[in-house]
Amino acid sequence: MLKKLHEKKTVQLILGLGIGIVFGVLLQKGGVTKYDVILGQLLLTDFTVVKVMLTAIVVGKIGVHLLKGMGVAQLHPKSGSFGSSLIGGLIFGVGFGILGYCPGTMIGAVGQGSLDALFGGLPGMLLGAGLFAGLYPSLEKKILNKGYFGEITLPQLLKVGHWWVIVPISIGIIGLLWWIESAGL
Amino acid sequence: MEWLMMDRWSPYVVGIGIGLLSCVAFVLSDKPIGCSTAFSRTSGMIEKLFQPGKVVEKAYYKKFPPVIDWEWMLVIGVLVGAFISSNLSGTFGGVWVPGKWTSAFGSSAGLRWSASLLGGILLGLGARWAGGCTSGHGISGTLQMAASSWLAVMGFFIGGIITAMIFYHVF
Repeated sequence: MLKKLHEKKTVQLILGLGIGIVFGVLLQKGGVTKYDVILGQLLLTDFTVVKVMLTAIVVGKIGVHLLKGMGVAQLHPKSGSFGSSLIGGLIFGVGFGILGYCPGTMIGAVGQGSLDALFGGLPGMLLGAGLFAGLYPSLEKKILNKGYFGEITLPQLLKVGHWWVIVPISIGIIGLLWWIESAGL
Repeated sequence: MEWLMMDRWSPYVVGIGIGLLSCVAFVLSDKPIGCSTAFSRTSGMIEKLFQPGKVVEKAYYKKFPPVIDWEWMLVIGVLVGAFISSNLSGTFGGVWVPGKWTSAFGSSAGLRWSASLLGGILLGLGARWAGGCTSGHGISGTLQMAASSWLAVMGFFIGGIITAMIFYHVF
């Protein structure tokens, strides 16, 4: 039944739009579409971004794995390598620190009227993505596959069942959030 | 419906909402929530207007064709959602230079615009280089416990924290 739903192209485009609208409302109400809040996180003075992300990870992690156990969801972990995930991640990080938005929150910022996101961040991101498409053939040969480890997940890496990782990480995250709150951050 | 008019919600409420929304996306669309491939698809669409032949040939656009897909619609949805949300709380409004930037670097729109453009270029390049962004790797990937995503998200925050610290404490 679900597979049929996944194959309906127009329905999926509408679902994508609907899920995006809810996502946009949540990001905006969370304050994470604001430059000041994101910079507060990167300067370690405002922990809103970490609170939102870690809570989403705990809820999503438990939820998605329960749904997978019920046979109604499939995982799609991305493949990675040190040359792609780590180096790309660091380049992204520098851009994140200068712009003060990430791709999703930047679009949300455009929606709330932030003109630096509309006229600076948005064309910049399109240029950067286009630049990558141009560089891709040579980057793929030289860097992107360095230290390739594929679509592996942490439970596979540790050779244990997934709940053996989900439960400790979730407890660790809740403990960390508890500590952040009690430290008044 | 007073809660819809509020300016801010608790970060924990928002986090729970995003976690549940991820579950909905996995079940109804068999897709992790992500944002950054939509930008490379759009970039390809724009390039196609100028050099139609070349885009088709580019290896990267064979992998991610410049077409409207589920994730592209999701990004449009984020724009609409944030517009609705900020209008409901009455906070919608054009702002050239954010407050925190002004207090550190002054209110010059040109300076902020140049920095945003440069930051955006690195963000777009880095997101495609790493194969995902703060949504695709940072939330959807880490909740699936993908090794690639945990590594990428460490890069996002290490790079971001060092850059922000340099900008605000050195310059």
